[in-house]
Amino acid sequence: MKLEGRVWKFGSDIDTDAIIPARYLNLVDADQLARHAMEDERPEFIKEVKPGDILVAGKNFGCGSSREHAPLALKFAGISCIIAKSFARIFYRNGFNQGVPLFESSEAAETIQDGDQVRVDMSTGEIENLTQGATFFAKPIPLFMQELINDGGLIPHLQKKGGRDKTQACSASGC
Amino acid sequence: MTEKILAAHAGKKYVAPGDLIDAKIDFALGNDITAPLAIQAFNEIGVKKVFHRDRIALVADHFTPAKDILSADNCKILRDFAKAHRITYFFEAGEAGIEHALLPEQGLVLPGNVVIGADSHTCTYGALGAFATGVGSTDLAGVMATGRLWFKVPETIQLIYHGRINPWVSGKDFILYTIGDIGVDGALYQAMEFCGEAIRKLPMSSRFTMANMAIEAGGKNGIFEPDEVTQEFIKPRAKRSFRVYRSDPEAHYSAIREYDVSNIFPQVSLPHLPSNAKDVREVGRIEIDQVVIGSCTNGHLDDLRVAARILRGKKIAPSVRLIIIPATPTIYRQALKEKLFEVFLSAGAVISPPTCGPCLGGHMGVIAEGERAVSTTNRNFRGRMGHAKSEVYLAGPAVAAASAVKGRICHPEEVVKRK
Repeated sequence: MKLEGRVWKFGSDIDTDAIIPARYLNLVDADQLARHAMEDERPEFIKEVKPGDILVAGKNFGCGSSREHAPLALKFAGISCIIAKSFARIFYRNGFNQGVPLFESSEAAETIQDGDQVRVDMSTGEIENLTQGATFFAKPIPLFMQELINDGGLIPHLQKKGGRDKTQACSASGC
Repeated sequence: MTEKILAAHAGKKYVAPGDLIDAKIDFALGNDITAPLAIQAFNEIGVKKVFHRDRIALVADHFTPAKDILSADNCKILRDFAKAHRITYFFEAGEAGIEHALLPEQGLVLPGNVVIGADSHTCTYGALGAFATGVGSTDLAGVMATGRLWFKVPETIQLIYHGRINPWVSGKDFILYTIGDIGVDGALYQAMEFCGEAIRKLPMSSRFTMANMAIEAGGKNGIFEPDEVTQEFIKPRAKRSFRVYRSDPEAHYSAIREYDVSNIFPQVSLPHLPSNAKDVREVGRIEIDQVVIGSCTNGHLDDLRVAARILRGKKIAPSVRLIIIPATPTIYRQALKEKLFEVFLSAGAVISPPTCGPCLGGHMGVIAEGERAVSTTNRNFRGRMGHAKSEVYLAGPAVAAASAVKGRICHPEEVVKRK
């Protein structure tokens, strides 16, 4: 599957309070949460983000709390995938469990600029910067993890499989 | 030590860093923020029963006593689920404390255990020699259904502390100093093993504080080898039998860092990252509006005692609001017994019931635009305690209490001459 969209670029150590401020954690509705994604960090984000857009960040994206509200809010804001130099480990698990693919590539994270148009191939890990005409490679997402993403996250994936073997479903998401 | 615990829980003789394992979970935790999503996911999985009704704790501690209708609804989700599944350890109101202080105090998390919690500070229990790590709500749902979870075995960084501990320095200063040294992703994906003769001198409260903040260095878990101090704490309260694991002398570490603690003085982490740690005497004149002493990091009885030692017979600066939050009902009662509340109230403090409250900008002391707080909590991210244009300075209870008296960030010795 290929994902394509406009890039929203953020810096390093973007924490979960920046992604979804704690004052909104009493919300459980994903659409309502999404309305506050990145609110303090970059207020125009939620007004202008479009379905399919791609988030690019520096190192340690999603550090801080374990709130799954963070990847959930970004997903429902329309973000199709996230490219970063590195991810905080709980966010990494949560991202995949919520069906948001995450790619680690230092080169891509450094050179891609805000507003660039980028295409990502989930199966090969190829990241094409259509604006700048450059190509990068992140580690591809294993097939069964792609299935998990395509099903919309771990829970829908488990429902579809009709089983409850979490180990098999996720053993490669890498933390 | 981390590898040994994980191997035992995966039914293997040994495991190596990078191995993906399926491990048995001894105890799982959710709170009023994360458990509602987990319960929703649990119900969607379609499993009828939780894996073990004595091995799950649901703690209503973040936005409680319910700060608004939505928070009350979330507590109700926990309460109803706990009732439906006859969960033994559901804590709210007069029984609830801040989860990471409450669970060890109740003897529910033990040395050698594998513990997961849908809260990033679950790593606190590593102070007891457990493997404990934070996960998201979906992972908690999976564990509630199956009692198992997959892990990638982390590499371990060994952090050795030796030398004489300076006056007014506690575990908080050690960990802020360490995060200042290695950075907020200095231990990303890794286990942090704290050891050395200075560590063995630390009381449990300081060890909990250090393990608690392993996540602020990106760590998967923080861990201490159990010793007499650990045994003395856990033996009278352990609800189950447990096994102690120790590090092998020939254990392999991805990195080793040594600290001479005689060089560590009371620390302050400046906004907006815990890694911005500085010696309190080097921060210059920073006037403050609020001081918070509490949280899973520093709401222990020892922390309140230190604060009281500084505040005894003193008044806080008129421009400052001081909020004291004992972490659990037991700590609250003991502080009352020791007449610490008398000291706090006379100084002009507000005493809150146990709650995470202001630590994450929930309630009980949210700060306004442009305000500055000194806080014994664990995160000083932008907007963490309130307005996006407010600032949080992290410190231990001694610096926090002294700063409340002066109205600016200061060394405890500016207020009290000798320890």
